[in-house]
Amino acid sequence: MNIAVCLKRVPDMDVRFKIAPSGKAVDETGLKFDMSDFDGYAVEAAIQITEKAGAGEVTVISLGGDAVQETLRKAMSMGAHKAVQLKHDGASVDSHAVATALAAELKTGNYDIIMFGRMSIDTAHGAVGTMVAEQLGLPVVTAISKLEFDGRTAKMRRELEGAYELLECALPAVVTIDEGIARPRYPSLKGIMAAKKKPLESKPAQVPAERLTLDAMALPPERAAGKIIGEGPDAVPELVRLLKEEAKVL
Amino acid sequence: MSNILAFAESRGGELRRAGLEAVAAARVIADAKGGEVHAMIFGASGMAAHAASLGAHGADVVFVVEHAAFTHNNPEAVSATLAEKIKSGYTGFVCTASASGKDIAPRVAAKLGVPLASDVTTLSVSGNGITATHPGYTGKVIQTVTLTASPAVVSVRPGAFLPKENAKAGSVQPLAPSGDPSASRVKVTETAVGNTAKLDLGEAPVIISGGRGLKEAANFKLVEDLAAAFGNAAVGATRAVTDDGWRPHSDQIGQTGRLVSPDLYVACGISGAIQHLAGMRTSKTIVAINKDKDAPIFKLADYGIVGDVLTILPVLTEAVKKAKA
Repeated sequence: MNIAVCLKRVPDMDVRFKIAPSGKAVDETGLKFDMSDFDGYAVEAAIQITEKAGAGEVTVISLGGDAVQETLRKAMSMGAHKAVQLKHDGASVDSHAVATALAAELKTGNYDIIMFGRMSIDTAHGAVGTMVAEQLGLPVVTAISKLEFDGRTAKMRRELEGAYELLECALPAVVTIDEGIARPRYPSLKGIMAAKKKPLESKPAQVPAERLTLDAMALPPERAAGKIIGEGPDAVPELVRLLKEEAKVL
Repeated sequence: MSNILAFAESRGGELRRAGLEAVAAARVIADAKGGEVHAMIFGASGMAAHAASLGAHGADVVFVVEHAAFTHNNPEAVSATLAEKIKSGYTGFVCTASASGKDIAPRVAAKLGVPLASDVTTLSVSGNGITATHPGYTGKVIQTVTLTASPAVVSVRPGAFLPKENAKAGSVQPLAPSGDPSASRVKVTETAVGNTAKLDLGEAPVIISGGRGLKEAANFKLVEDLAAAFGNAAVGATRAVTDDGWRPHSDQIGQTGRLVSPDLYVACGISGAIQHLAGMRTSKTIVAINKDKDAPIFKLADYGIVGDVLTILPVLTEAVKKAKA
């Protein structure tokens, strides 16, 4: 099976962010970067499909500056076969513009299945994968937690609030990946060495004018410092009083 | 005309609260622009019965699209019908960023050839478009964005726009779906209830959530009992607990799970890993019960009790029952 996985390079979230002087970006000083969480699940799921079949190819694609090459190499060290950088400097928040640039590349690849994480963990609009599918005229199933194949039919599971759906769709198709599908592996040393020799093509991205602009970034207001009201079951009456009289939620 | 179309989400023939929230958010834009709010509801049959509720919450017109192929989710046909209607002269489209809305919104935006502002928590009309705030970076950074494209396509965070009684005696208009809804390429073969919680995490005003401190899956009964005592509560869980299979993945609150902001969040035996805090830090009141007084959850909690969650929960459940009686 010929699989494409689109990746985004994002900062590690386990930090306290600072806003850059421009007021429109986070201060990247000292931040570590990696592929976005859900994209990691997608890469793992794609690799497992080719491993299980003993055939097929996984192409990883990322739009961004040269720093994304590191993220693409990591995906290849996990087991992806080749990579494409769609070179574009500067941040894009317009999902439609990004989808247009990716769709132009993806339509040339003759892929059986195109995967995305269900959203990027930084800008978190969760739109690009679905928009690519619409632009390519392909069916799309979003936020799937299971993926199996019966010949040329994909069988999927998708979580809803308090419920789930089982779905089927003929290939080619686009899917966006939720967690729970496959935990991403750590690259082995052998994988890291092999990735250095795998092909990484860089070509300019054609990103149309953006019609969603980022005006400002700010840190959310800090919560007032927490308060410990007591220990053990004896503290329960005071908690109930506070919930009733102060918080007014009881 | 500056009319806004809202997606009145339903499931199993029932109108969901998400649908009323979409109408409330659409009202914010329509009132600023002097336009009307029109809502569209899809289902197999009998959906017109929900029009009164949509009208009572601010919809001026309710389009009812009935077809047997809307028994299950059918986002291809729903988004095609929505997009065709929007093209007939709307300036905006709003849905709620629920599992279904998150799926529908980018389809509609793509069909209209415009970008999408997702999961927004505020909306205002500015000189050159619609300005919205949108939490990103797992809730740690608030992004302010302006949509200059028209129509403006927006999904709003569940719980951010509360349904308001706003009697409008909305008129009801049956509408035929665009294309053949039976011809959608993706087939839902089954929709199954994943857990027994009566209330959904995105809709419940109170969430009682459990972590590893509960020691074993069976002890989630104590969490469920407390939720039952509140009566308006849903049960959530940490990633550690869903990874271990104590609770379904759909119950997970956190960076890679559900993002919630209820009026009251009770964290039971949860230490407060960053990944979990990202999913619940915007809750209005937070209570934490944990045996480790240095647990990070206490830095966030309005009210903390240090101690064994297994002994505290039954006492709290009884006290809440009494307070509610």
